[in-house]
Amino acid sequence: MRVNFTVNGRPQEADDVWEGESLLYVLRERLGLPGSKNACEQGECGSCTVRLDGVPVCACLVAAGQVEGRDVVTVEGLAQFARQRAAGGCATGACGTPLDEARRWQAEGTGPGTGEDAGLSPVQQAFIDAGAVQCGFCTPGLLVASDELLERNPNPSDADIREALSGNLCRCTGYEKIMDAVRLAAARRSEEV
Amino acid sequence: MDFLRPASWEEALAAKAEHPTAVPIAGGTDVMVEINFDHRRPEYLLDLNRIVDLYEWETGAESVRLGASVPYTKIMENLRAELPGLALASHTVASPQIRNRGGVGGNLGTASPAGDAHPALLAAGAEVEVESAARGTRLIPVDEFYTGVKRNALRPDELIRAVHVKKADGPQQFSKVGTRNAMVIAVCAFGLALHPATRTVRTGIGSAAPTPVRAGAAEDFLNAALEEGGFWDTGKIITPSVAKRFADLCSAACNPIDDVRGTANYRRHAVGVMARRTLTWTWESYRGARPAPEGAA
Repeated sequence: MRVNFTVNGRPQEADDVWEGESLLYVLRERLGLPGSKNACEQGECGSCTVRLDGVPVCACLVAAGQVEGRDVVTVEGLAQFARQRAAGGCATGACGTPLDEARRWQAEGTGPGTGEDAGLSPVQQAFIDAGAVQCGFCTPGLLVASDELLERNPNPSDADIREALSGNLCRCTGYEKIMDAVRLAAARRSEEV
Repeated sequence: MDFLRPASWEEALAAKAEHPTAVPIAGGTDVMVEINFDHRRPEYLLDLNRIVDLYEWETGAESVRLGASVPYTKIMENLRAELPGLALASHTVASPQIRNRGGVGGNLGTASPAGDAHPALLAAGAEVEVESAARGTRLIPVDEFYTGVKRNALRPDELIRAVHVKKADGPQQFSKVGTRNAMVIAVCAFGLALHPATRTVRTGIGSAAPTPVRAGAAEDFLNAALEEGGFWDTGKIITPSVAKRFADLCSAACNPIDDVRGTANYRRHAVGVMARRTLTWTWESYRGARPAPEGAA
């Protein structure tokens, strides 16, 4: 079957999709977006976390056909997504786009890895600066989850961070540095404001 | 495999009638795992994501009609006052990502004895609203809904529309045993609801029998003991011997197995401990919420 949906602000069309296929497979194998990682395929590890209409979900548990017409943000689009949000736009699309803004809209980048040229989001920079990236496999999922937490709660307590990241496993067990990274991103943001 | 994508509830019922083997998929947190691991290759997948009615809830005078696909996150955020037991249970479901997708309809459809919603539904009192194109709607008391390990009372042409959960008329608690606070399939779980309006206590046991069950004998014993002792009127502390007997009867209501998550003996023991604790917690809030007895200091 064919699936049409938006990925990182760009309309995408996936063809010859098997009906039992997951969104994760479509992203990685059909759209060339391998940022979302494939680890457990049962929603245990959070490595494939993406935003589906703004909501963090495990892409391995979303059937490809279920995303028809919907909006997905992956780690590849996170920097662009964060920049649009900071500029006051509604990056999720949930609050609509004014007509003149929509007319001015242009996809960034040309390849399937749209958004790759957008630099790093504040959360990504904080993960690097805090040393929260070890083998890196859990990092994309943690970035998407952390970014969503800080969007919802700009000044989270440690308990809030642990709760928000409880569905993301790091088998290097680098959790303390990951906690540091989220605290750092929150602190930098509060300094800016 | 065919992917059926009904745009409305009526279309979904028609599709299910035409293809009774179709597997409904909403949050996908059970179905996709089975497909990813090649444990299941359904002929038809029936996607319910487009049916907005399933994501809505209505609070009535006596109960909340909770749409089958309302995600656990929404239950936690919006229904904590009306359905405290279910909200607590929802909070123990897996992780934020899973709670954003999964809902009570899926828990009921899968009917795993370890489903987190079941003990809360049993304790609060609930009816499952199911519908078929041919015969319309029927309400199944949740106690009668679970018929075996991962078996339920649904007929092949029926879909779960909603669950009607009684609004709390007293304190409710939910307790679950596992190795950590997140991402845990219950080793066993226990739900308890005080119903001061009817002066009854209801229970729900998860993951300690082939189906979720109520501890009927334990409820009968406790209801009689509370009535005889005048506990509901005085709000006095429940006698330890009464709590102990209640806990023992809850353990006795289990029919558990040994498996990788725990032994049968451990499950029986843990259910007894959770029964005593949840009774104490709820009774303490009941006592605290009552107006002070006249003449009290």
